[in-house]
Amino acid sequence: MSLEVLDASGLATIQDSGRKGWRRFGVPISGPMDIFAFCAANLLAGNPASFAVLEIGLGELTFRALQDCIIAVAGSGYHLSIYLWDFPLWSSFFVRGGWAIHFNKSHDGMWAYLAIAGGVQGRPVIGSQSTCLRGAFGGLEGRRLQAGDRILGGKPSRPLSHLAARTLPVEARPAYRVHPVIDIILGPQTKHFGDESLRTLLSSEYTVSLTSDRMGYRLAGPPLTQRDKTELISEGMTFGAMQVPADGQPIVTMADGPTTGGYPKIGAVASADLPVLAQCMPDKSRIRFRATTVAEAQQKYRTLMNGLENRILNPEYGEW
Amino acid sequence: MTFKPKIVPLGDAALLVQLGDEINVEINHRVQTLAALIDSAPLDGVIETVPAYSTLLIHYDPLVLTDSQIRTWVRTKLVHMDETESRKPRQIEVPLRYGGEYGPDLESVAAYHGLHPEDVIRIHSEKPYVIYMMGFTPGFPYMGKLHDAIATPRLETPRKHVPAGTVAIAGSQTGIYPVDSPGGWRLIGWTSLQLFDPKSEPPFLFSPGDEVRFVVEY
Repeated sequence: MSLEVLDASGLATIQDSGRKGWRRFGVPISGPMDIFAFCAANLLAGNPASFAVLEIGLGELTFRALQDCIIAVAGSGYHLSIYLWDFPLWSSFFVRGGWAIHFNKSHDGMWAYLAIAGGVQGRPVIGSQSTCLRGAFGGLEGRRLQAGDRILGGKPSRPLSHLAARTLPVEARPAYRVHPVIDIILGPQTKHFGDESLRTLLSSEYTVSLTSDRMGYRLAGPPLTQRDKTELISEGMTFGAMQVPADGQPIVTMADGPTTGGYPKIGAVASADLPVLAQCMPDKSRIRFRATTVAEAQQKYRTLMNGLENRILNPEYGEW
Repeated sequence: MTFKPKIVPLGDAALLVQLGDEINVEINHRVQTLAALIDSAPLDGVIETVPAYSTLLIHYDPLVLTDSQIRTWVRTKLVHMDETESRKPRQIEVPLRYGGEYGPDLESVAAYHGLHPEDVIRIHSEKPYVIYMMGFTPGFPYMGKLHDAIATPRLETPRKHVPAGTVAIAGSQTGIYPVDSPGGWRLIGWTSLQLFDPKSEPPFLFSPGDEVRFVVEY
């Protein structure tokens, strides 16, 4: 079973769970911007959570199913229509061969994930199918999807009729908000900043700047000034690390971000809140930050992710 | 001067081990030794390590390991590190053409130090360099330490395009651009070696901790 891209004005790429084990060579982890919605789309389609899917952002996309298939869509920022009907996200759908699937922008988020039952098939490059746009490798020739591309699906885990009309209820999803409060873990260079800057970060509103992308979210708000001006020696970085360059406007490293960096890091976004931050809209979302501990952040992430599969409602057994 | 190792969190899925606070070969060697020790028998839930100048970042899966579990494990590795025989670095020769169209900044680097271009070539190629870390673009090696006589600051305005294979210097470091990219380092030569090919196995010619020796080609 396969999908054909009819029209692609946005940024759609193939992403699996990421390129692990190569950051020491300077290769970004890539993978989804919103790991929760990515896993949910896969599980709804009956796939292992790590399978390759289509990540859709920054514009409109239209596909056509070339055969009967099951797709699942999760995430935010899009209205979904299949053939003649509108559908909510966070569900799986049976799609007849020949039907069109439209993703139209809505104004409540950034990224949506389209999983095909059986997973998007492709040749891994450096151990992963994820597209690394900056390195121009992985996914489909290292680039965004364009009209005419064909996406090949694998073998579904179950008969198609067992995989349709499954949903993930809202209480199982992260607290996506247009104006969210995001948990951060302070350090390792918090001491480079004065107490006043720390208070500023934890009491002000920040917006995501329009120059943000899959590499990093540039935040705009009251500047954070460095007390200690000694230049930091470059060190390893993570998805979620909040660097502060000399202009005092923080940059949060995202999926395609650099693996090392030389700006001091005032903190890092908690794993459970990274999906929420990823869905924040440039120039619209107003973000507040709250300090948390590593132990609390890890507990929150486990509560969010563990047993996710069991929270999916099947039409046979659920409320349907 | 002894530096007491520090273990600090970078978020809830990575731990930063600080083994020093300066750029030098000995500290970096300890970083590489710790990385090799961890990578040779990783704990379930440890994803990968990223050695840098004086730190090692350990990425882990918080669904498998808690903060206290990984801290305890890393502390035992730090104890064992001093008993571990450090690995002998792999040595790689890099044939290189200096100056002219291959290294458009060679003349200005020489002029900056009041040297003849031939002196810069001799000094740059006379000793091996350690790859402290890799980053910036896939496969870019940060190497040192350059002789003070040729250490030169970055360009004030970075170039928009530096061709793959270009050998460059910045401060007391030297590096090689593995892919075409923008760059602010001073370009002194070019090698025909391919440092990065995503389709080959392994995709990278170098690893952090390797030693690189430049061999002059005419």
